[in-house]
Amino acid sequence: MTAAIEARGLGKQYGRRWALTDCTLSIPAGHVVGLVGPNGAGKTTLINLATGMLTPTTGSIAVLGKKPASDPAQLASVGYVAQDTPTYSGMSVEDHLRFGAHMNPAWDSALAHKRVEQLGLDPKQKAGKLSGGQRAQLALTLAIAKRPQLLMLDEPIASLDPLARREFLQILMEATADQELSVVMSSHLVTDLERVADYLIVLVASRVQIAGEVNSLLATHHLLTGPRRDTASLPAGQQVITESHTDRQSSFVVRSNEPIHDPAISVAGLNLEDLVLAYMGSAKAGSVHPMLEGTR
Amino acid sequence: MIWLSWRQFRVQAVVAGAALVVVAIALLATGPHLASLFDSNGLPTCRTTCSADASNFINQLKGSATELIFYGSTFLLYAVPGLIGIFWGAPLVARELESGTFRLAWNQSVPRARWIAVKLGLVGLAAMATTGLLSLMTSWWASPIYHAAQKAGPNSLSIVDKIAPPLFGATGIAPVGYAAFAFALGVTAGVLIRRTIPAMAVTLVIFAAVQVVMPLLIQPHLIPPVQLTAPFNANTANEIMVDSRGSGPPTMTVVGNLSKPGAWTLSNQTITPSGKVFAGPAASACTSNSAPPQACNNWLNTLHLRQLISYQPASRYWPMQWLELAIYLVLAASLSLLCIWQVRRRRG
Amino acid sequence: MVWLTWRQFRWQAGAAAALLAVVAIVLGVTGPGLVTRYDQIGLPSCHTACTALASQYINELEFTTYGKLFYAGLVVMYLVPALIGIFWGAPLISRELETGTFRLAWNQSVTRTRWTLGKLSLIGLASVATAGLLSLAISWWASPIDHALSYGQSGSHFLRLSPLVFGARGVAPLGYAVFAFALGVTAGVLIRRAVPAMAVTLVVFAAVQILMATLVQPHLIPPVQTTAPFNASTANEVVITSSGSGPLTMILKGNFSMPGAWILSNQTIAPSGRVFDGPPGRACTANLPQQDCNNWLNSLHLRQLISYQPASRFWPLQFAETGVYLVLAAGLGALCTWQIRRRRA
Repeated sequence: MTAAIEARGLGKQYGRRWALTDCTLSIPAGHVVGLVGPNGAGKTTLINLATGMLTPTTGSIAVLGKKPASDPAQLASVGYVAQDTPTYSGMSVEDHLRFGAHMNPAWDSALAHKRVEQLGLDPKQKAGKLSGGQRAQLALTLAIAKRPQLLMLDEPIASLDPLARREFLQILMEATADQELSVVMSSHLVTDLERVADYLIVLVASRVQIAGEVNSLLATHHLLTGPRRDTASLPAGQQVITESHTDRQSSFVVRSNEPIHDPAISVAGLNLEDLVLAYMGSAKAGSVHPMLEGTR
Repeated sequence: MIWLSWRQFRVQAVVAGAALVVVAIALLATGPHLASLFDSNGLPTCRTTCSADASNFINQLKGSATELIFYGSTFLLYAVPGLIGIFWGAPLVARELESGTFRLAWNQSVPRARWIAVKLGLVGLAAMATTGLLSLMTSWWASPIYHAAQKAGPNSLSIVDKIAPPLFGATGIAPVGYAAFAFALGVTAGVLIRRTIPAMAVTLVIFAAVQVVMPLLIQPHLIPPVQLTAPFNANTANEIMVDSRGSGPPTMTVVGNLSKPGAWTLSNQTITPSGKVFAGPAASACTSNSAPPQACNNWLNTLHLRQLISYQPASRYWPMQWLELAIYLVLAASLSLLCIWQVRRRRG
Repeated sequence: MVWLTWRQFRWQAGAAAALLAVVAIVLGVTGPGLVTRYDQIGLPSCHTACTALASQYINELEFTTYGKLFYAGLVVMYLVPALIGIFWGAPLISRELETGTFRLAWNQSVTRTRWTLGKLSLIGLASVATAGLLSLAISWWASPIDHALSYGQSGSHFLRLSPLVFGARGVAPLGYAVFAFALGVTAGVLIRRAVPAMAVTLVVFAAVQILMATLVQPHLIPPVQTTAPFNASTANEVVITSSGSGPLTMILKGNFSMPGAWILSNQTIAPSGRVFDGPPGRACTANLPQQDCNNWLNSLHLRQLISYQPASRFWPLQFAETGVYLVLAAGLGALCTWQIRRRRA
């Protein structure tokens, strides 16, 4: 099965700053991928590279097996909702749907109109007069109705209120189920991703820190608390992500494939947010080398 | 507020400065030649031959690069206020509204009214100064031409009459008024339309329309024109025309040669003793091919026709300039007040 | 692509249509009057008195509404290509870049190249049509005046062949319109912001027009050279100038007349072959009658060297000019398309 996105050594430089460094990923199809990281980490850059808005400085990227934006068929198979959900403020909702119909051979007009009706959008209303949430929904409708195989969303819900956010994610999930979409969604709000994502990529300071299926990540990461000890004294199979020490206690977030048997240590699981925070914290400290989950 | 206005206006100011420098260089390079041509025709010291010398001088200019520069500078003095309205006026507020930065600008400790009043004032003054400088430079450059026109006396070539359009609007202080008006028009369009490029287009269209309507309808009546009558003499007439196209008797159009040097002639009619405009019908002395041309003239002279002209004398140039400036400044001020009021009351 | 281009171009098309309508009405109402007077005055069938009749015709018109419309027609024909470049060209792509909608547009199932080429060609065609219709209307309206002018003085700036009028007649405005449009789009792609792109387009277009008219136009087809003896009594210009404390110099321009031709240079040369520039003899500097100066000048056996474009070359020059601008426009169009493809822009 073709990977949804295949990147090798991908990098993008602006002037002297590297927005994305040495990114090697193989994102399988059929997942909802959460792309997480602090602001300025390179999420938008990665998505722009994947949609062909940018060209790489180093390395290569293949989306659904082809170079991004290489030909109309490839363009038709990738849907994209950019940050700030751009729409033509002078064109009405109806015009946007006609725009989609003219520009995409695989346009599903019935689906588009059904969504617009469900959302309660007035077809004659100009897009510039819609609220932020309505514009985001319109942009999502445009992306979904062209029947893509992969949908890329760049912080689409960042500026939405909680209700609008929930509605957006709901519609997204329905579409994913209906059309067998792969989705790559970037956000810096992990709690929203928790509900929908089953694959996680953490991007911090232009590097990929960790990438893998959420279930297996949660299964292999543990929070260890116990009496004060050195990092080096931990068994070899355990990779330390973060550590914190007080006078008498140490706690570590470790990654380990094997179960942990030390009776002196209490082992607890992590939720997704803690996991992400652990990686973001460790990246800041610079103590962890990026590691990838192998493809299966 | 002054710093902010300057900071947002820097690029336009530099462009204006560069343009003025380019024009100055072009004028400086060609000015001396024009002046020496004036001198070499004996115009500074002419006494009895002034009219011929002046005609000579103007004729020498025909077909030369100097003539092109003269037309070019006239065109420039109409174009520059328009460009100011489009590039300085329309984006002033519209850009902030479009990009949302008005939310930043209007939330500072400066009230909105003051924000826009200061911008209008400072950039408006810059607009007037730029245009004023341009007008000054070109009138310095063209002064030999206008001197020659003055010296030419009764035979002056009316193409350089400053009091008539198009030169009236391209000389003196009128362009300063145009610049103020165009700028205020642009800002108003930006405030009302709220999108930059449509505001630019609307400013262009309205400004062009006003500049066409003013010389046609308003300028002739800024000061009530002078009326003058004189007997009509067919032998010295400018034009005697017979029109035999229609089905009735052939009509005639006759135009006498009465004119005032340097004046802007608004109408030139030939009227019969009863007071109506003379339109024929043409006697056989004028229509038949076998009659000598003098016969037509003689017949016309027996009709005791009179020439009635209505004109603005050249001496009214400066009063009319001040009136024109006043009108445009009042328009500019009204538009500015409209802007300030609109910016205050709407969210914009 | 056609629908999208039209949808985004509606207002501009409307403005162009309105302008064309206004121009058509004004010219349609006043045009026949010009033709009638031209016929009446006897110009179509003149033999010997043509120059005099033509002068009379022009003089009658000069200070009337017709004269003003003639000048207005020139202004409109030069402004319209610039306005097309500024309002149709510069915002075309720069607005999409500025507002971020390119992220929506370039993700549809149409490649960027096709999107760019589609917009360029459709609106380019609209530019050609607008400029073409305007030029047709105005050239038709002004043809009596252009004909009358061609009988007269060869140096008039209002000859059809002179740089001032040449660019406002025939097919040249089409070339200007397409070039200005392509220039605007390119400026928009490179600068990425609409209002600065509009300003840059205006400045560059004006500069190109001035440079082309002064440097390139006269030599599109190599001008005709001819010589004639210089006669001071009939000369157009005999001027003595002094540059401050230096020696006095003379500027001489002989009289040369070829109806309708555009004179590029008219130099007076000495028998040695160099341009004669003085110094003026005593016959000219002392306070003697002009005839003495003229006699002295005539004794020097000076010659006039004239370089000109004859009136018959109007259409070949038009096609050459349009060709140059079309090539420039095509180059700019290719540059745009390439730029949009390779950068993220």
